[in-house]
Amino acid sequence: MTAAPTRIEYRKVTRRFAPQRKGAEGVTAVIDVDLAIADGEVVSLIGPSGCGKSTLLNMGAGLYLPSEGEVLVDGVMVDRPNPQVAFMLQKDLLLPWRTIRENIELGLQIRGVAPAERRDRALRLMERCHLTGFADHHPHQLSGGMRQRAALARTLAVEPLVLLMDEPFSALDAQTKMVLQADLARSLADERKTALFITHDLVESVALSDRVLVMSRRPGRIIEELVVDLPDRDNPFGRRQHPRVTEYVKALTALLDIGHQELHA
Amino acid sequence: MTSAGQPRLGLIAASAGVLVAFLAAWEWLPGLMHIPEFILPPGSRVWLEFLRVQQTENLWLHTGITALEVIVGFVLGSLMGLVIGCVLGVSPRAELVLSPYLLALQIAPKVAFAPLFVMWMGFTVYPKILVAVLIVFFPVMVNVLSAIRTIDPDLINLARTFSASRWQIFRMIEYPATMSPLFSGLRIASTLAVIGVVVGELVGGNKGLGYLLTYGEGQGNTALVMVSIIMLTLIGIVAYGAVALAERRVLHYLPRAQHTTA
Repeated sequence: MTAAPTRIEYRKVTRRFAPQRKGAEGVTAVIDVDLAIADGEVVSLIGPSGCGKSTLLNMGAGLYLPSEGEVLVDGVMVDRPNPQVAFMLQKDLLLPWRTIRENIELGLQIRGVAPAERRDRALRLMERCHLTGFADHHPHQLSGGMRQRAALARTLAVEPLVLLMDEPFSALDAQTKMVLQADLARSLADERKTALFITHDLVESVALSDRVLVMSRRPGRIIEELVVDLPDRDNPFGRRQHPRVTEYVKALTALLDIGHQELHA
Repeated sequence: MTSAGQPRLGLIAASAGVLVAFLAAWEWLPGLMHIPEFILPPGSRVWLEFLRVQQTENLWLHTGITALEVIVGFVLGSLMGLVIGCVLGVSPRAELVLSPYLLALQIAPKVAFAPLFVMWMGFTVYPKILVAVLIVFFPVMVNVLSAIRTIDPDLINLARTFSASRWQIFRMIEYPATMSPLFSGLRIASTLAVIGVVVGELVGGNKGLGYLLTYGEGQGNTALVMVSIIMLTLIGIVAYGAVALAERRVLHYLPRAQHTTA
């Protein structure tokens, strides 16, 4: 379907965790996951809690390796954190002792970018993420929505090719969430970023992505793929109005139930 | 906002009232209850003694020496606590190896070491400082260590996704995260330092407020004992205040409620 090259790919990825205590059983978080995301594509991942979605993301970020199979970014195996990939969580993870600007600069500072340049980049991103004027504020002075904007700016500051996002907006109130979704969609489209987006919000997954992958209960595997064939991926407000959104959400609801039944089979 | 200001003013007035009532009771109650002066001298008697010993007993020299021992002991003990807390924090293996000994040393009553240190180092300032160092060390170390242990692992992972080195993680995340608990430890330590030094001085030597205290006791001079206690308390208050002030500057990024001195 797409001529674009594959940016990130999971090949037969299985991840087991050692038992916590002696005698306890180890846990297989995900099993046999195959997925490929093309350049510029946004893919959502939905599934029941504890199905290993976050495990997939952590392996993509290089925080740990798969037990079997491999993760590739631009055809290169991910065996450690790498500059092409950045991740963002539900928690904003802003450092309370740093100002907002310094927080956005964190990744750049770690990578050794000179102070003047990282300052410029941070200020430019703050403008784009509607944070102008908050450069010298500390995180506790900001609302949850603003903090999450800062977290997004910090993620974008390192100019990753692939963004891995783990329910980035799930702790926000409904209105703030919609505004941030719109901002994110615009940024992803403008810069042609590739993204893997975990969410529990089915409407969010339809509003933001090109494809939605459905995972089963643990051990998680991908049981279904739904291509969202709707316009306006860069404008979730517009896409939400589309009459077919409900159809997709209905289909996803049904698919999630299949995952549930498999567990009891 | 007068409505917010008035109750506050009222509270300050009430607080001052308590002080006045206390001083009045101290002055006149012993006389009314026929308590002899060598048991409980009235406030004015203690004040006169305070004026007298400035001349005759070198009160300020003793106070200065005690204050110096408190400062040196506090600074050294805190530094040691911070450094060792950080080392154990970043190296769980070192913690595992050392924790039984650290625990034993923590349980041992530090002031009991005072006579030993005096035997080793004589009637100098060093045994006093050493007791203070020992007693200050633990609350600081424990707070720093647990601060590093309780850092959100996702924060560390965030730094790791940016390819941070071990040293960068320590410098940019773990170390700054110890600051708030460090200051809680330092506040406790500032008052403990005074205790450590006094015990050291009580055990031996001829300088410092602890010495003045035992000297007064030997003379049956209750007023002098009380003067010494008051001076020691003042040193403790100043030390605590200095820490609280530093805390407010260093931890300016926290919302106020989290680090008020209340």
